[in-house]
Amino acid sequence: MAREMTGAEMVLQALADQGVTDVFGYPGGAVLPIYDEIFQQEKVSHVLVRHEQGAVHAAEGYARSTGKVGVVLVTSGPGATNAVTGLTDALMDSIPIVCITGQVPTHLIGNDAFQECDTVGITRPCTKHNYLVRDVEDLARVLHEAFYVAANGRPGPVVVDIPKDVQFATGTYNGTPNVRHKTYRPKLKGDQAAIRETVELLANARKPIIYSGGGVINSGPSASRLLRDLVKATGYPITSTLMGLGAYPASGDKWLGMLGMHGTYEANMAMHDCDVMLCVGARFDDRITGRLDAFSPNSKKIHIDIDASSINKNVHVDIPIIGDCAHVLEDMVRIWKARSVQPDKAAMEAWWGQIAEWRKRESLSYKSNDDVIMPQYAIERLYQLTRDRDVYISTEVGQHQMWAAQHFHFEEPNRWMTSGGLGTMGYGLPAAIGIQRAHPDALVIDIAGEASILMNMQEMSTAVQHRLPVKIFILNNEYMGMVRQWQQLLHGNRLSESYMESLPDFVKLAEAYGAVGLRTEKPSELDDAIKEMISVDRPVIFDCRVNKLANCYPMIPSGKAHNEMLLGDEPEVEEVSEAGKILV
Amino acid sequence: MKKSEDSESHTISVLVDNEPGVLARVIGLFSGRGYNIDSLTVTETEHEAHLSRITVVTAATPMVIEQIKAQLARLVPVHSVIDLTVSGPSIERELALIKVGGKGERRVETLRLADAFRARVIDATTESFVFEITGRTNKIDQFISLMEPLGLVEVARTGVAAITRGPGGLTPE
Ligand SMILES: Cc1ncc(C[n+]2csc(CCOP(=O)(O)OP(=O)(O)O)c2C)c(N)n1
Ligand SMILES: [Mg+2]
Repeated sequence: MAREMTGAEMVLQALADQGVTDVFGYPGGAVLPIYDEIFQQEKVSHVLVRHEQGAVHAAEGYARSTGKVGVVLVTSGPGATNAVTGLTDALMDSIPIVCITGQVPTHLIGNDAFQECDTVGITRPCTKHNYLVRDVEDLARVLHEAFYVAANGRPGPVVVDIPKDVQFATGTYNGTPNVRHKTYRPKLKGDQAAIRETVELLANARKPIIYSGGGVINSGPSASRLLRDLVKATGYPITSTLMGLGAYPASGDKWLGMLGMHGTYEANMAMHDCDVMLCVGARFDDRITGRLDAFSPNSKKIHIDIDASSINKNVHVDIPIIGDCAHVLEDMVRIWKARSVQPDKAAMEAWWGQIAEWRKRESLSYKSNDDVIMPQYAIERLYQLTRDRDVYISTEVGQHQMWAAQHFHFEEPNRWMTSGGLGTMGYGLPAAIGIQRAHPDALVIDIAGEASILMNMQEMSTAVQHRLPVKIFILNNEYMGMVRQWQQLLHGNRLSESYMESLPDFVKLAEAYGAVGLRTEKPSELDDAIKEMISVDRPVIFDCRVNKLANCYPMIPSGKAHNEMLLGDEPEVEEVSEAGKILV
Repeated sequence: MKKSEDSESHTISVLVDNEPGVLARVIGLFSGRGYNIDSLTVTETEHEAHLSRITVVTAATPMVIEQIKAQLARLVPVHSVIDLTVSGPSIERELALIKVGGKGERRVETLRLADAFRARVIDATTESFVFEITGRTNKIDQFISLMEPLGLVEVARTGVAAITRGPGGLTPE
């Protein structure tokens, strides 16, 4: 229905028409007309963050835990530049975000006006797409298109930059949330011949593996269901990337654990030795493959991805299937059930026998300790004491993140929010805020490191203001642990600038924010403290003092292959090659 | 950009919506991902439909060429991408304006060569010529190298425009 209204009104109208109920943002001169509209309506509520990076991560947490598009509103200049890390994070992890930025009025663009920056120029490489809207008559279309582009195909962040005069100008709103885009129409269904060929290859495999990723989560709950169906129908082992945890339940008997740099021995060995690899919605990134020329040398590879540019980027595959995971898996399960060839029973027994041998290696085990809390133990207890609850986990970046991935187990998709592609310290707290906003009654925990948490600590204020009772569970080792581990393994244990000097007292800090602070140092007190944390109906900072020098294993050192993992109980002084040292 | 052994040159045409920033997207894609641009031309080709055609000549390994095409195709304002090097017979042309100085005998030699290359004189003084030449990139390269010892002053080139032979065309999907 066409109606006359101002640009600022259009923004709120378009958000409402898109079904948006929550926006994460921070005001400023160039978005005041939009904030004025926010004040005068009730459909869309606004969460005031304390830094624009936090707004984007919060929107990411919201998006990832709901499958909806996350919405951000920031001002021009510093507001927009502060959002850049979050946008890049969302791009790397394929998270649908619409970020509305204010801009100086059109007649001042290019004049170095106060708080002017070239937002579309700066964000072009860190968004899926972006727009500068110079005419109010284009605004409604662009806003709806932004949602369409963010959510369809491989999801990602979209920026809509709106000059202040356009927000004031009056134009026609003809809002049709259903966009038929001129050029961008991603293909959902996979090529049937390729799917049939895949089923053939899978049925004749002797050492098959399914390797799934974040694409399955992004595709929606039905993709996870179909993935489970496929695993059940084939009986084949499955592993997943960091981004894909939860698509297949960790309690499933076909589950090998996560793969990659800190993946399990059985997952990585199975990837290395397999003869047929089915990659579903993952992208063969360097954390997964290890040394490329030694990556799974004897396998035929099938790759399902909605983004054609992910195919054959790092690893050559034999059968590419471009399409949405759910659509392709649906066809694959159907064709699998109708096939004539049966998998070779003896071969399957031998393969599962081999996997059982690898599992015996117990690559996630660690030396327990009665006096000091081992970080792995802390995660284990956290998992055990929360597993029956409606729990969502976010993380910061570092060792604690990898320990969380290894020792906290996920049964469902959309429960695990971590910065995988960009590895952004400071992601977890604002993400938790976004998650809690979407799931007010759930238990939302940010598994944090003491270094990372300080990067967006100001968002505690946001949590307190909006009564979002997030729990920040800090594995406090007083080090940038992951940096220290690399310095130990690669740089002669010269711990350059990785000690966290002058840490705040996290309990007092929590109290200063009006939240609750808890601290534990003894393994014997851990359970009670965790229970207390859960029972508090307010934001909590939990300072869990852990072993300071524990390393995260298993680990595939840079430049090494899957079958050259370092395991925790082996001597650590392994020479890393010069070629390996230059890798990150 | 270092060119590896099995690097091959490809001419890629991209049909895009002629919206602000679209060229920056394409160029940013190439620089951001470390691809070569050996030549790039862009102009609006269909005013009514708001379409522009970008022609890029790039050199890379076959795997990277496939990447480049896939990366281009997923840019939101891109209608279609065609690799003219592999899509069948095609024609490539470039136009160059070439200024050559010199006096006396050298001018005769210059004109003789220009004639052989069918370069037209479009400006002349007693001590210089400006030639206009069209042709494939290597023909122009060759002409320029011949002019060098004869007093080459400067060169302006358009970059490559390319099109398939036969009745078919590059259309928006
Ligand atoms: C914004 C940002 N800066 C730097 C890094 C590099 N980095 C990766 S892990 C890490 C240390 C994290 O320390 P902490 O949060 O205490 O976690 P731990 O490894 O000790 O568990 C650093 C500095 C990063 N990932 N992100
Ligand atoms: Mg630490």
